[in-house]
Amino acid sequence: MEAIRSVVNTLSSPTIFFSLSVILFIAMFTFRKWVEPRYAALIVAGAVIFFAASMFDSDFRLIVTKPDNVPIAGMLFLVGFFSWVGLKQAFENDGRIAQGLGPAEKDETEQKVLVWPDLVYSEFICLIILSVVLLAWAILLQAPTEEPANLTRSPNPSKAPWYFLGLQEMLVYFDPWLAGVVFPSLIILGLMAIPYIDVNSRGNGYYTFRLSEFIYVKWLPNLGYKGGLPKFWLWREIWGMLLVIAYFMLPPPILARTAFRRFFEKMGFIRYNVMVFLLLFMIALPIKMYLRWAFNLKYIVAINEFFFNI
Amino acid sequence: MADKPTWPMGFIRETQIWKSVFRHGKPVDPRNRALAVISNVFLHLHPVRIRKSGLRMRFTWCMGGTTFFLFLVLTFTGLMLMFYYRPTVEYARADIVDLREQVAFGVMREIHRWGAHAMVITVWLHMLRVFLTGSYKPPREFNWTIGVMLLVLTLLLSFTGYLLPWDQLAIWAITVGSNMARATPLLGHEGPGASLLRLGDIPLVHAADDARFALIGGRFIGEMTLLRFYVLHCVGIPLVAAILMAVHFWRVRKDGGISGPL
Ligand code: HEM
Repeated sequence: MEAIRSVVNTLSSPTIFFSLSVILFIAMFTFRKWVEPRYAALIVAGAVIFFAASMFDSDFRLIVTKPDNVPIAGMLFLVGFFSWVGLKQAFENDGRIAQGLGPAEKDETEQKVLVWPDLVYSEFICLIILSVVLLAWAILLQAPTEEPANLTRSPNPSKAPWYFLGLQEMLVYFDPWLAGVVFPSLIILGLMAIPYIDVNSRGNGYYTFRLSEFIYVKWLPNLGYKGGLPKFWLWREIWGMLLVIAYFMLPPPILARTAFRRFFEKMGFIRYNVMVFLLLFMIALPIKMYLRWAFNLKYIVAINEFFFNI
Repeated sequence: MADKPTWPMGFIRETQIWKSVFRHGKPVDPRNRALAVISNVFLHLHPVRIRKSGLRMRFTWCMGGTTFFLFLVLTFTGLMLMFYYRPTVEYARADIVDLREQVAFGVMREIHRWGAHAMVITVWLHMLRVFLTGSYKPPREFNWTIGVMLLVLTLLLSFTGYLLPWDQLAIWAITVGSNMARATPLLGHEGPGASLLRLGDIPLVHAADDARFALIGGRFIGEMTLLRFYVLHCVGIPLVAAILMAVHFWRVRKDGGISGPL
């Protein structure tokens, strides 16, 4: 038992866990066999057994049975389930398209059905089932109330609501102005920009992973560590700033001529640059995570005079 | 079966009251089924006919609908909670406790809280399915953008609601969340560039007028924050969300219904 626990603890240290997740994520699309029902069932069984076994650990039990954490546990299984539902259809469609058959949804797109009764009745059935689930959940599990608010006694650790924990974690790697303001805004804008950036008109209206895959980046910047510390901030930080500027300025034109040539030609100047810029922002996070773990590097640019740290 | 009036529905359908409300016959033939949808302001957010593929549970996962259902449940239970809850530092937490202990059918708060958690999950799943089916591509780009706004509003609703129980969990979560506003570039007093905005010796952006101050209505989380979050949570954000949802559903219809391969 102790041995298993220490293995699990080692695996879930941020460095290893993050790297493993990335590998697993890529593997999901490379080894497509896992969506077959028998393998998927094995994965579910494994997850359930792992989850049940973990319940013997008193700390783990304490955490997952906290009422506010129950939805998180539920979400893990839901996300797993729906990834399976979506990707299974996507991989099947990819196979069909490769054989020249067209996606499975095609057979039924030409057929039209009446909203009343077909859709309205399904909606009604969903409504009843969901009401029952929600009511049962509410009766079985009480909402928590903690001690009255007290601004002089801060709990350790203070936690944002669970769906913001990702943002809170970014604070470890970036200053608040980036992690709390700039990155969230860019995430929102980036999401909104997706349909205007993606000019691939195929893969619209059916599950697929072949045609709709449109971004593959395998590029990492070559970072050095900066030395001496002059007094004036501009001279002190000039190399870091140049590095950051270079990080955003150099890759777009270089990639436009090499790996991303096809994208550049298809998307045009503006779309292409917005896409590469957003991508660079996105991979800045894992880059900084690894830099922190490898060199304990805190900032690339550190101008505390204006709270301007990157 | 269609033509033989059955009691009591057959009788009720013949009354003047029924006929004044529903201006179509029994929805058993195509014409009346179409009328049932067209002549009803709620149902007519749907088209009359849809692609069979769009009806499939395995295609939509019913996630957009589930999100909307949860929004309606939250609106209803939220209204119930408003009858009892007073947004003041003095009463807030006690009222929350009373909701279970004193109020009849005391699970409204539970439904509201778990429904809120569930809605955050379902809205992400809905987005995942739209993404995986490529349904954000033309002509649905704009509806995806509306969707992202709805996602942000859903998170904001959840965030503002988190403070209202006024317990340790609530205020410290909001403290962590709103502290970041201090660091807003130019607009937060600890943000990059803010110290450059000054008139002579007087800083223009300081702790008592920056972005965080605007968000929480003071230098610290307190009475004003509670009131501000309450108003946003119960009126401001739901109103905007409801309007955007109407646009979202309208656009699903106008963009050619649930997407499908062409
Ligand atoms: C409060 C949140 C939301 C509600 C209530 C909602 C509701 C719905 C409903 C009922 C549909 C019909 C089809 C379906 O159920 O899948 C739909 C479709 C759609 N939604 Fe949402 N949605 C929400 C948020 C979002 C978000 C966050 C996105 C994406 C960023 C999004 C993008 C879309 C798009 C593009 C369609 C059209 C899909 C198609 O035609 O296949 N929605 N939404």
